[in-house]
Formats: sequence, C-alpha cells, structure tokens
Amino acid sequence: MADTEAGTSAPADIPAGVPGHEDRHAEPVMGAGVEAIEAYVVPTGEKPKRQSPWQVFSSMPFFVKLSAIWLILVVAGAIYTQLDTSLFDGNLPLLQDPNLQTNNFNPEAGEFGTGERLEAPSAAHWLGTDALARDTFSRLVYGAWVSLVVAIVAVAFGFIVGGGLGSLVGFVRGRTETFTMSIIDVILAFPALILLLALVSIFEVRDLFIISIVIGFLGIPAYTRVARANSLAISNREFVTAARAIGTKPRRILWREIIPNVVPTMLAYAMVASAFVIVVEGSLSFLGLSVQPPTSTWGNMINQARSDVKVNPWQVLFPSLALTFTVLALNQVGDFFQKRNAVRAAAL
Amino acid sequence: MVRVIATRVVRLVATLLAVTFLTFTMLEFLPGDPVNAILPPNAVRTPELIAQVRADLNLDDPFFQRYFAWLGDALTGDLGQSYVTDQEVSEIITSRLPITLQLAVMGILLALILAVPIGILGAYKQGKWQDTVTSAGVQVGLSVPNFIFGIFLIWLFAVNLQWLPASNWNRLSDGLVDNLKTAILPASALALTQMAIFSRLVRADMIGTLQENYILSARAKGLSNRFILFRHALRPSSLSLMTIVGINFGALLGGTVIIETLFAVPGIGFRLINAINQRDILVIQGITVFIAASYVLINTLVDLLYSALDPRIRRS
Repeated sequence: MADTEAGTSAPADIPAGVPGHEDRHAEPVMGAGVEAIEAYVVPTGEKPKRQSPWQVFSSMPFFVKLSAIWLILVVAGAIYTQLDTSLFDGNLPLLQDPNLQTNNFNPEAGEFGTGERLEAPSAAHWLGTDALARDTFSRLVYGAWVSLVVAIVAVAFGFIVGGGLGSLVGFVRGRTETFTMSIIDVILAFPALILLLALVSIFEVRDLFIISIVIGFLGIPAYTRVARANSLAISNREFVTAARAIGTKPRRILWREIIPNVVPTMLAYAMVASAFVIVVEGSLSFLGLSVQPPTSTWGNMINQARSDVKVNPWQVLFPSLALTFTVLALNQVGDFFQKRNAVRAAAL
Repeated sequence: MVRVIATRVVRLVATLLAVTFLTFTMLEFLPGDPVNAILPPNAVRTPELIAQVRADLNLDDPFFQRYFAWLGDALTGDLGQSYVTDQEVSEIITSRLPITLQLAVMGILLALILAVPIGILGAYKQGKWQDTVTSAGVQVGLSVPNFIFGIFLIWLFAVNLQWLPASNWNRLSDGLVDNLKTAILPASALALTQMAIFSRLVRADMIGTLQENYILSARAKGLSNRFILFRHALRPSSLSLMTIVGINFGALLGGTVIIETLFAVPGIGFRLINAINQRDILVIQGITVFIAASYVLINTLVDLLYSALDPRIRRS
C-alpha cells in the first residue's frame, strides 16, 4: 500500500525478531507481530516543523487518509453513545437502545415476531437485526465505545509507565538501567495472552477498566524498550551535551530535552499498540471473558452471531469488518507517522 | 559463547521462577477461602473433603514452603489434579498436547509455504504492481484477527461449499485423511497472520540481499533467475526466518486457544477454556504454567541456536 519506497532507507521494514541488529530487543510483543523496536528509534532532536492537523492530513497517501477518516468516525460514534439520552427522549437520533428488543414482542407467547429477527440490512435497520431482534447498527456503534476505552486506558497506562521508565533509564544509564531492563526482559518473556486469560478467569474480572489496566500492564515492556532506545539516542546528541556543559540539572534535561523528543516516536508506536490492544480485547470478548452481555462489544457480537452464520451472515460480517477496519486503520496511520518521523531523522 | 549461554541460562531460570511464582501466587489472592474456590461449585463440601483438599495443597504450611513444594512437584510432572473431573492435570496436558502441536506445526508450515514465494516476489518486483498487491495483502493479513478469519473459513468452506467440517475433530488414529480434513481449516486460520509476518521478513531481507555483489556475479555467470532467487538469495534470509519461526511457534502454543475454541478442537487451549468455564482452578493453573514455561524455553532455545549458527552474534 504505502510501502513502495521501502527497503533502501527503511528500518520500518524490518519486522519483529530480525536478529543481527545492535539492540536485539525484538521478540514479538505479546505474541503478535509488533514491529521491531529499531523502527521506532528516531535519533533526531530537531524541533519538528509545526504542521497544522490539516496539513498533516493532506500529506497522507490516499489509504492512510481513508484510515484516518474511519478512525475519526469510530471515535466520534463511540463518544456520541455516551451523550445523555434524556435529552433525546430516551434514544439518540439514528441509534436505538442497544438492549432494546423492540420488534413485535408478543408478551403472551413470550417471543418475538419471526420476521424481525436476524433481518438483512434494510432502511429501518441499516445493518439488519440480531438473533434477539436488536438493531445491529446501534449495537455496533455502542460497541465502539468499549474498544475506545480499552485502547485509551491500556495504551495510556503502558505509555506513561513504560515510556517514563524507558526515558529515565536510557538517560541515567548505569546499574539502574541494567536492573530495570532485566526485569523488563523477564516480563516480556511471559506469554501475555495466556496470563491474561488466567488472571481474568480466576478472579472473574469482567470490569472494562480493570481488564484494560491488565492489558496495559502486560504491554509495559514494549513501551519501555521503545522509550529507552529513543532516550539513549537522544542523550548522545549535541544539545544534551551542551545542556550538561552549561550545568543544567539532570531533572531539567530529562523533562525539557529528552521526554519532548521521545514522545513523538512513542505516539506512532502507541497507534500500532492500540490496534493490538483492541484485538486482544476482541479475543477476550469473543471467548466471553470480557465485559458481559448485554453490553455490546464487537467481540461478543461476533461470538453471539456466529452460530447463525448460516441463516444470516450479515450479523457476523458487520462487527468483523468494524474490528478489522479499525485495526487496519490504526496500523496504517501508525506506520505513516513512524515513516514521517524516520524521514525527518534521515534528513538530518 | 560460554558467556552467551550462561547469560541466557540465568535469564531462563529467572524467568521460569517468575512465571511459576506468578501463576502460583494467583491462587493466594483468590477472594475468600481458597478451598471454596478450588472445589467445583456443585461439590458437597463435607468437612472430610475440605480437609483432604487442604492436605493435598499443603494449605497449612507457610507460603514459601508451599511454593517450593509445588514447584518441586511441578518439576517431576505433578501439577495436582482436577477436582471437577478427577483427572491428573499432567495427564490432561499430555493427552491434548499432540493435537495443539499438530495445529501449530501445520499452521507454521502452511504459512512458510505461502510466505516464501510471496516475499520473494515482492522483493524481486520491488515497486512494481506485484509488490504493491502483495504488500497490501500482507497489511490486511496482519490486521485480520485470526478468529475472524476462522469464522470466514467456516462460512465459506463448511457452511456454503460444505467441503470441510467446521468441528468434530478426527484424531490422527482415525486416519490421516480424515484427520487432515478437520485440521486444515483451523491450521489455515492460524497461518494467516504468520504468513504476513514471514513474507514481510523475507521481502525486507531479500531486498538487501539482491543488492549484494555475489548476486551480481551469479547473474553475470548466467544463472537462471529462479536459481538465483531461491538458492543464492534465500539462503542468508533463512537464518532470520528460522528465528522468527521459532519465536512465533512458542507464541502459537498460547495463540491456539481461540482457534481451538472456535473449531472445537480438543487441544490444550480448548481444555483451558473448558476449565475456565467450569472454574476448575488447578487445571487453569497447570495449563497456564505449562504453556508459559514452554514459551520461555522455546524462546531461549531459539536464541541459543541462533547464536550457535551465526558467528557475528557469537563474537559479540
């Protein structure tokens, strides 16, 4: 796709686990194909040229633009579901209550009218209805909220803890670094999905926030490594040496010189990481081990609909597409920013 | 080399201790009386049974003593027993492991068979439409969660075309063909992501290799393109390919959980989900520790093998 110039100048194309590089911290994180750390190391230090969000958007290749638009729609939809429904007579415009089984409910027979369940897409139900006659479009939009919360909470947690730790030890070096990194290596050696399953199941955690924190915790090693590699590179730059030479306090150097330069590359990584986090939550949901019904999540929608795939494949298709598009879009946009940073570094 | 091995072994032991400790400690933090949580919900809790569980798990000993006793038992293959089905946990694992291994191996092989030509094509036709198409395919392959691809395969091959069954696993003892019929769909579902990862690696590696002088001299000798690509150019990539195959194989052992559940494959992952649904805590603990330990072990072995094979790593 946006991959044509690759190979010559592109550490971006070195996938996880490629050996022979100086810093061989490149096992796949949490069992998936997260990029090698080196791809996210940008030893710049130049103040990035200020670009307005619109300028950034216009510089994107076509598919990346589409991806960005999709992500904005998903985020907007997710936030929209959290508006106060009392302002709109109980239901948000365009959406129905995701738990409402509206159609032809016959209280005497205790069942729904047959015509309205597992409907194909129509004008009344844009994406059809599920096995309980609930509107799929509404449930899909409400499900986006769960993915959004997981992505933001888990990534923010890993980002702040791991990023802070990595920036610090990359700057301080010495024993602190050796000690921290050996602990990080041990955590990284854990098969995260299995531990996540065990933790969530043994303690019967079904709370979205706690699940997000656990996912975020298991991601800490990856953020630490990215941040440390960046921090190492930046600490060797002239402006840091200069700051040291004029007697700037280390704490001030860390805050004013190191961290502002680590953050942009970390943000590109965070995009790709949040794609992974969303898949992990989707998988847990799919196994019935995340937030419980009736709350809609893309994962549990897929799980509930898959037994009816013969009668009505639509109900599996739409949440699957939503999940796949979101992951694809996050990867595309993340790659775009990572390459943008890399180009800036190469220009130096 | 000795130093490399020594560091790896120290790290291996540390990681194994951490993994086992963490899995063991999880039971400590169970809310309420652990015996209550460990016994299945419908069991009649007679005082004798409770006393027996307490004795089985040495619950009256201090914490660290219990951990080391448990660890010692685990090392000799005794992971306790299920209080739901009365099976030994180690027996559950040994009876189901071959199925999971078969799926993982088939998935990796399938991925490799497809990934190597795709990666070579992308590198050879770098920048041409063939490269654009395969790179786009790789991007999509990396983004489709494997359970979604699995459902798609079921919908296509089991529901619509009715070529292959979606469940009802046939063991190898039921005959190879019947076994493969039930194994091919779950293995393909596992293979997609791996294929994308592998072919991206082959492509990136090979783009570098194709610029080397010895490729030029092979061309000058008039060797055929196919010979150059598959013999000369692929060889340097094979080492990094082997490494990532090894690492991903370890990860797949855990990753089969979802696919096994989707296709009702009676492997170790499906059993883990069963145990979770039955709240069979000792089985959850046993399988978790087993998968975690194998994962750590495989990663270390791959690392060591790699440093043994590549002199550049060995020296540093």
